[in-house]
Amino acid sequence: MNWKTFAAMLARDAHVARRNAIQLFLQTFLQPLLFVFIFGRVMVGSGFLPASYKSLLLPGIIAISMVFTGIWAVAMPLIAEFQWTREIEDRLLAPIAVPWIAIEKVFAGMLQALVAGLVVIPLAWLVLRPGVEISIGSPLTFAVILVLIAIFSAGGGLALGCSINQQHIGLMFGMVITPMIFFGCTYYPWSALKTFPVLQKAVLINPLVYASEGMRATLVPQFPHLPVTAVLIALVFFDVLLLVVGLRQFEKKAVS
Amino acid sequence: MAIGVRTQDLRKVYSASPPLAAGGGLIGRAEAKDGKQPKAQIPALDGLSLEILPGEIFGLLGPNGAGKSTTVGVLTTRVRPTSGQAWIGEHDVWKEQTQVKHLIGVVPQRPNLDFSLTAREILIFHAAYFGIGSRQRNERADKLLEKFKLAERANQLVRGFSGGMMQRLSIARAMMHDPQVLFLDEPSAGLDPQTRILLWEIIREYHQAGRTVLLTTHNMEEADGLCKRLAIIDHGHVIALGTSVELKASVPGGYLLRLRFGNQTAELLQRLQSLAGVREVRATDSTGADLYADRGGSLIPEIASLAANTGAELSDVHISEPSLENLFLHHTGRSLRD
Repeated sequence: MNWKTFAAMLARDAHVARRNAIQLFLQTFLQPLLFVFIFGRVMVGSGFLPASYKSLLLPGIIAISMVFTGIWAVAMPLIAEFQWTREIEDRLLAPIAVPWIAIEKVFAGMLQALVAGLVVIPLAWLVLRPGVEISIGSPLTFAVILVLIAIFSAGGGLALGCSINQQHIGLMFGMVITPMIFFGCTYYPWSALKTFPVLQKAVLINPLVYASEGMRATLVPQFPHLPVTAVLIALVFFDVLLLVVGLRQFEKKAVS
Repeated sequence: MAIGVRTQDLRKVYSASPPLAAGGGLIGRAEAKDGKQPKAQIPALDGLSLEILPGEIFGLLGPNGAGKSTTVGVLTTRVRPTSGQAWIGEHDVWKEQTQVKHLIGVVPQRPNLDFSLTAREILIFHAAYFGIGSRQRNERADKLLEKFKLAERANQLVRGFSGGMMQRLSIARAMMHDPQVLFLDEPSAGLDPQTRILLWEIIREYHQAGRTVLLTTHNMEEADGLCKRLAIIDHGHVIALGTSVELKASVPGGYLLRLRFGNQTAELLQRLQSLAGVREVRATDSTGADLYADRGGSLIPEIASLAANTGAELSDVHISEPSLENLFLHHTGRSLRD
């Protein structure tokens, strides 16, 4: 392992992220904030939704923001760089073992996801207040869950980015991302699906469910949520799975 | 000290995946593997053995699809060979990839510059990947930008660069970490004549500093003028190897006359063979013949009258002077440009 090379690649990603800061900011935060505004302020303010919905919504918004920031940050550049610009070749020829290049991408994506999560909390709180009742009972559990979500999002980005052809990006959004959001228990707690028992079981294959429920369990425990242990186990499972699949796909792409 | 490059019995067979639609879906690759449709097996290298000596400029010459880029790919850790071995200096390319990557610089056939960075940043970050310190990498970047006449656009994103500028920057980047072996895959393709001359100068200069250079080309002039030794490859193996002079001398006679007749007979071919200076006659199809001889134009009157006597009218003649193209044709029956 060559730390200098790894650090230089991270520096390159940071440099590019800084250069695209405004675009990145809008891309990450505009959609969740609009969502928070419409559902948390407009719908609640006009009485269509109860005031407590504000607190229920926030954890889901954090989960979505993190997951899609991580996926986007890793998958989109990989799709373009492997298939179109071939920019990645420069790093594939850097003196470091190939899997570390993928790990660097995941690490950079993780950092972006964490920043997204940590920034969206105060932003959403500003839009929603007053009336948001957040209580972080165990900061450690909260931090662990944040990190696990960040790994899952960046690992998912790696797996998707190395498996999808450029011409299928649209399809990826329609068939993977959209159902993932709507069946991800982001806008409602998992227990709300109890009237659809089959669906309630089926959505458990969606890792976003554990991200949303994990945030709910640690931020707004007053609402029904999956047990923290189950969330932790599931997130670790998905982290490992996506990293293994992603690294394998990356190596396949990197060496023909 | 300069280091050499060696390959032994390299084979590479690409498995072409069936079209994604046939693979059945979005995440097609993994599923296609178990699919029913057999994959097409495309052999690219077929027992390629080469030895490039330390400090020489070596050329791989061959038509498109001959296996030149695959050879470069194997030697630069980008294409895993199906069998066989490759070494850069003492290092086995597929066992010591990281060490090998330290020693090599690669200029790809297609520009693969980092589009999110400026020209200068591309060089700086490249050097940083190789662990070169900040002061040194800034100095080197300035020097190379100057040398490649890119200093004026150094702080612009490369997105708007012309093909020639991208190519120059690719070469500058490959030289940033001062590699022992420089690989250039079709370096002058698409370059204007002026840039090509600049490029050749730079390659010669780099070589004089004691570095090994391997370039692929299908440009005769480049192979002839730049390379110390050449390997002509076709269908994934070496068909001829030597200096340009040696290779040209290995063509019988040296001159090639491509003839076409209205009506070609076996008798005509036999009589052509007996003309003074003719070394070899080969029928190419029912009306054409390739004639290798040690003279060119002066043979034409004799051929024309001989053809007239046998009732086979000479309808077309093309004379080539001794060249690598003739050599390739002699070995494969095909033109390099085919």
